[in-house]
Amino acid sequence: MSRPTITFRVFRLRAGDPDSARFEETRLTVNKTTTVLDVLERLRGGDPTLMYRHSCHHGSCGTCTCRINGRESLACTTRVLDLDAKVVTVEPLRKLQPVGDLVVDPVDFFREYPSEWQTLRGSEWQPEASPPEDLPGFTRLENCIECGACVSACPVENFLGPAVLAGLNRERANRPGKEAQLLELAECYRGVWKCERALECSRVCPTGVYPARHIQELRKKLTQ
Amino acid sequence: MMLLMAMPRVIIIGGGGTGAALAYDLSLRGIEVTLLERGELTSGTTGRHHGQLHCGARYAVQDTGIGRECMQESAILRRIAPASIEFNYGLFVAITEEDEQYCDTFLPACAACGIPTRVLKPKRALAMEPNLNPKLRLAVQVPDGSMDAWRLALQFFASARYNGADIRSFCEVVGLNLSSGGAVGTQFRVTGVRILDYRSREECNLEADLVINAAGAWSKRIARLAGIDISVSPSPGTMVAVRSRLTNMVISRLHPAGDGDIIVPQRNLSIIGSTQRLAENPDSIETPEEDVEKLQRLAAEMVPAFKDAPYHTAWSAARPLVGEASGEGLRSLSRDFSLIDHGGPDRVERFLSILGGKATTLRAMAEITADQACQQLGIQASCRTAEYPLRPARSFYSAHAQRAPASGANAGSEERIV
Repeated sequence: MSRPTITFRVFRLRAGDPDSARFEETRLTVNKTTTVLDVLERLRGGDPTLMYRHSCHHGSCGTCTCRINGRESLACTTRVLDLDAKVVTVEPLRKLQPVGDLVVDPVDFFREYPSEWQTLRGSEWQPEASPPEDLPGFTRLENCIECGACVSACPVENFLGPAVLAGLNRERANRPGKEAQLLELAECYRGVWKCERALECSRVCPTGVYPARHIQELRKKLTQ
Repeated sequence: MMLLMAMPRVIIIGGGGTGAALAYDLSLRGIEVTLLERGELTSGTTGRHHGQLHCGARYAVQDTGIGRECMQESAILRRIAPASIEFNYGLFVAITEEDEQYCDTFLPACAACGIPTRVLKPKRALAMEPNLNPKLRLAVQVPDGSMDAWRLALQFFASARYNGADIRSFCEVVGLNLSSGGAVGTQFRVTGVRILDYRSREECNLEADLVINAAGAWSKRIARLAGIDISVSPSPGTMVAVRSRLTNMVISRLHPAGDGDIIVPQRNLSIIGSTQRLAENPDSIETPEEDVEKLQRLAAEMVPAFKDAPYHTAWSAARPLVGEASGEGLRSLSRDFSLIDHGGPDRVERFLSILGGKATTLRAMAEITADQACQQLGIQASCRTAEYPLRPARSFYSAHAQRAPASGANAGSEERIV
């Protein structure tokens, strides 16, 4: 099997020292299952100071989001050869505070995202199936993994952001009793009317949340 | 008037599930806790695990103790952290005659562990899970579930932080500070750690009254900083995810634990695991390509649609098994955990290592370790982690703004359950 050699350009930055920003280039061989996260792990083997976030390695936790060749992606599920490029550039997300190298601080993301909003929903998979006797129905975790990709890709500033508004629309479905309160938040100055419909959020979302669709639904509801 | 005394300070090394539950447990007992993790939290093994909330049935035949503990702990986690768990039960499926015969061993073993089972005819099992192999002979329903490994751990971290614990990621412990002349019979006493903060790239010392090594597959390396050898085998396993949720329940093969015999659904994915091998260095674990094909084939024996579902990703996680083993002996290495007080034969006091264990039993591991820590520190406080719901995962990032009042009313949450 061929093991192509790819050039990786990884963004490096030391906290509090903007002048330290630079790209570090390395050439590595990869195979068909090698992901960008596998590459970062290999690079850290040689340089333990390389900082990046990661946890689940399968697109469930949402920590390893980076800009890979300019597009917000999960490093763990992006296979290098699928990028179809000889040079792969890895940069941190935009809009969140840089911490060092590829790490950004998720605090600003979660400042907007109420921690009490629900994480579980009914499962729509195998709809014809009958659940075990003591379960009212099958459940599953919500699609959004709070990875920040949509926030980084969105061109609008001073905005609640696609993830929060999509979450808000899901919360309406999960808790109909909170409808009025949620719509009031959606309508605020930094709410749905700020959206410029660039659709970048839906384009980069790794888990098929389609935030732009949720924003559209909220706008429709508010104009009814 | 109550006399205010400085509480002892405990340093936990390792930000995996064990460290998370331990930081929370100690913080609930009023102890000042600092947790140090060299990378992102749960970036070692915890975050990468299969995502199964084990009711213990998988281990019931091999080890009644672990089976029983998983049953108790999974029920507690469902109570204190429901937001991170998809609780849909699990099915053990018999495909061959041999599998069917194994049922005679399996059912009494589950009963001995207190795990409720329900034997289902193929028709009923297929009504619950239409994608099962239609040739199945029977299925046994057990209270398994799926968890979000990152968010479950984060709920513990959030609750610990709420109680004042200092949780630091990207801080690697590069040295253990020892003073000679501990108590009679010991040679050294651990007085703190030396850390390298990757944010500032600076080193500094942190003092502690007790240091706990909870570094999982990396704990051997930490113990060596004090000149101590411990037996931990980093034992990686491969998992493969496909981009389709083929079942709602956890599907296990009704046979003795082996490779590729558990399919865990999570969100819109189905994950088959696992394999088991040995690694010298837990830092450089690659995923063997041959594992991927093998796992996909084994998954298809239980759920045929697995082989046609779109490939999502494959990855490996290094289990921290206690003991040393090689090759075929691996599956027999216990999934149990052990707590070592290095003040014993190693003659280094105020230093504990908590080794091994499973994601499902993280709370129990923390309880036993925290009991031992309190005993060494002369603190009378019992474990309360099973009593309160954990704080939401997202609140980890806003916990500074909503920390509990420092009055000592340091509950995990406002309302108490049980």
